[in-house]
Amino acid sequence: MRIGTLKTSYGADEALFDSSVQRGLLVLLALGAVAFPFVASPYWLFLACLCAINVASATGLNLLTGYTGLVSLGQAAFMSVGAYAVAVLEIRLGTPFLLNLLIGAALAAVIGILVGIPSLRVKGLYLAIATIAASVILHFLFSHWSLTGEARGLSMPPASLFGYVIDQPFTLYWLIMPVTCLMVLGAANLLRTRIGRAFIAIRDRDISAEVLGIPLLRYKLTSFAISSFYAGLAGGLWAYFFRVVTPESFPLVNSIFYLAAIIVGGMGTILGGILGAVFMTLVPELLKFAANWLTPIYPDALAALAPVRTIVFGGLIVGFLIFEPRGLAEIWRRVRRFFHLWPFRT
Amino acid sequence: MDMLFLAEVALAGLGAGALYALTGVAFVLIYKATRVVNLAIGEILMLGGYAFLGFAAGLGLSPWIALPLAIAAGGVFGWVVERSLIRPMLGENPISVFMVTIGLGSILAGAVQLAWGADPLRLPEFLPGTPIFIGDAYLAPKVAFGFAAAAVVIGLFLALFRFSRGGVALKATAADQGAAYSVGIDVPRVFSIAWILACATAAGAGVLVGAIGGISPTMGVFGLSVLVVVIIGGLDSLAGALVGGLLIGLVEALAGTFLGGEFKLVVTFALLLVLLMVRPYGLFGTHEIERL
Repeated sequence: MRIGTLKTSYGADEALFDSSVQRGLLVLLALGAVAFPFVASPYWLFLACLCAINVASATGLNLLTGYTGLVSLGQAAFMSVGAYAVAVLEIRLGTPFLLNLLIGAALAAVIGILVGIPSLRVKGLYLAIATIAASVILHFLFSHWSLTGEARGLSMPPASLFGYVIDQPFTLYWLIMPVTCLMVLGAANLLRTRIGRAFIAIRDRDISAEVLGIPLLRYKLTSFAISSFYAGLAGGLWAYFFRVVTPESFPLVNSIFYLAAIIVGGMGTILGGILGAVFMTLVPELLKFAANWLTPIYPDALAALAPVRTIVFGGLIVGFLIFEPRGLAEIWRRVRRFFHLWPFRT
Repeated sequence: MDMLFLAEVALAGLGAGALYALTGVAFVLIYKATRVVNLAIGEILMLGGYAFLGFAAGLGLSPWIALPLAIAAGGVFGWVVERSLIRPMLGENPISVFMVTIGLGSILAGAVQLAWGADPLRLPEFLPGTPIFIGDAYLAPKVAFGFAAAAVVIGLFLALFRFSRGGVALKATAADQGAAYSVGIDVPRVFSIAWILACATAAGAGVLVGAIGGISPTMGVFGLSVLVVVIIGGLDSLAGALVGGLLIGLVEALAGTFLGGEFKLVVTFALLLVLLMVRPYGLFGTHEIERL
């Protein structure tokens, strides 16, 4: 359908959305996102909010792992920093929720920089382990500090805007979805700037990047800061969404989940982070439907649900890495390419 | 402070540390030969424990027959994993390979839970039960047996690497794959053997760990401590795994006794962070010099 996109100016070539078909699809998608809460049941709205939160966090991790090449297993821990900061601010000070979200994200970014400091000396797996160490220490801190409610965690009041309480999936959707869209758009634009290009250069070969005049420490720390800013913001949204934050809300498995999401979606593409996070959030729900459906035939289906979810989670990671290493984004690209010349050539 | 009590805690810690060291050796074996970071090692260990339970309790075999069978099952599993999951990833980005092993760990944990249920289980008793005293300090007999078994196996490995053809081939592969190929070493076979040996060792360690503390589908967490061990010791150093294992066992026992159980993990990881700052490649690891 899109046959020959010719560009006659640098502006057109640099544009984020470079064809009219793409822009048309995006407008349709945006209209769909606006119409969605009016037609969907609360359950689907709940899932949509959860997907959006995961997309925000996965996009942040994608900037760090997919674009800068630094593996982190601490994304859930950074989220917990944002979530706890938001909860504490909301309970103790009652400041406006947008301010809370920003403070939480900024705090997560500071922690991210601290965790990232070893990244100049330590690489690859050693760095991944350092981020695990950081998440173990943060978990310990949150479960022993009286300010964060120790092992009981914190229950917080809902967000409110000019006295209007945001506590239903319908209203939360209008808070979470726009923030996530802004974050994803921000990430896509970041990659067109000097900083984004530096990230990619570091990923491809960090020593070469340094020879080219990219200060490694500064850009690696920037990447950590941005990534954990995203995680902190996602964690803050998570806190407003569930309104209970406990030390067990963000286990190490969640960090693996986000890494798995960007692998399944496609590392180093913005679309990949979105597709992967949505896909990995929805698969357990699909399994739940399957289990409900199977119960009349096989009564133990619901009991087997938890282990089967674990198996499917692992199987998706392994399967995608072996058979489709570039993820869902690559599948989507193939589908699109097929339709480029569709009626004329297949 | 009561010196006797301290000695008992230290002995128990060293006993646990020996099992860390044994699993760490399995980890290092795979890393050294194939440059694969195997994060599923904790789950393979768990699989060993469950395989032993299946043979000993399920089929009613004597524990002393079930033990070698469980170890053999671990070896077969290692072979299958290497051929089906790791071989296709040859030459891929190390992050991808390491995520494959995370996925494998998740599959194993789920499969074991599906087959045996989520509750912790006890292995049939088969280790000697007479209390052992070193001086006046009491040492649990199972822990002592675990320590002895780990020491023997690690000793065997060290001898194997030094004196056998296969061990030398493995060391050559670790040093330089291209050069190893050119002197006629069958590198893919070395990869297979490393995985078989490592998974068999991990399965054996799993039986010992299970005999001391029972088995459960969350036993894979043991792998997290092993990870700390090998990072502290250096990913490609057998001696490092040994020293790191004993050190972490000792630190965990002391922290658990004098600070409280919840401090175990945080103390070891804090130690790890400090060490990474000082020696990013571990105590005995090779410091690789990067060239463009």
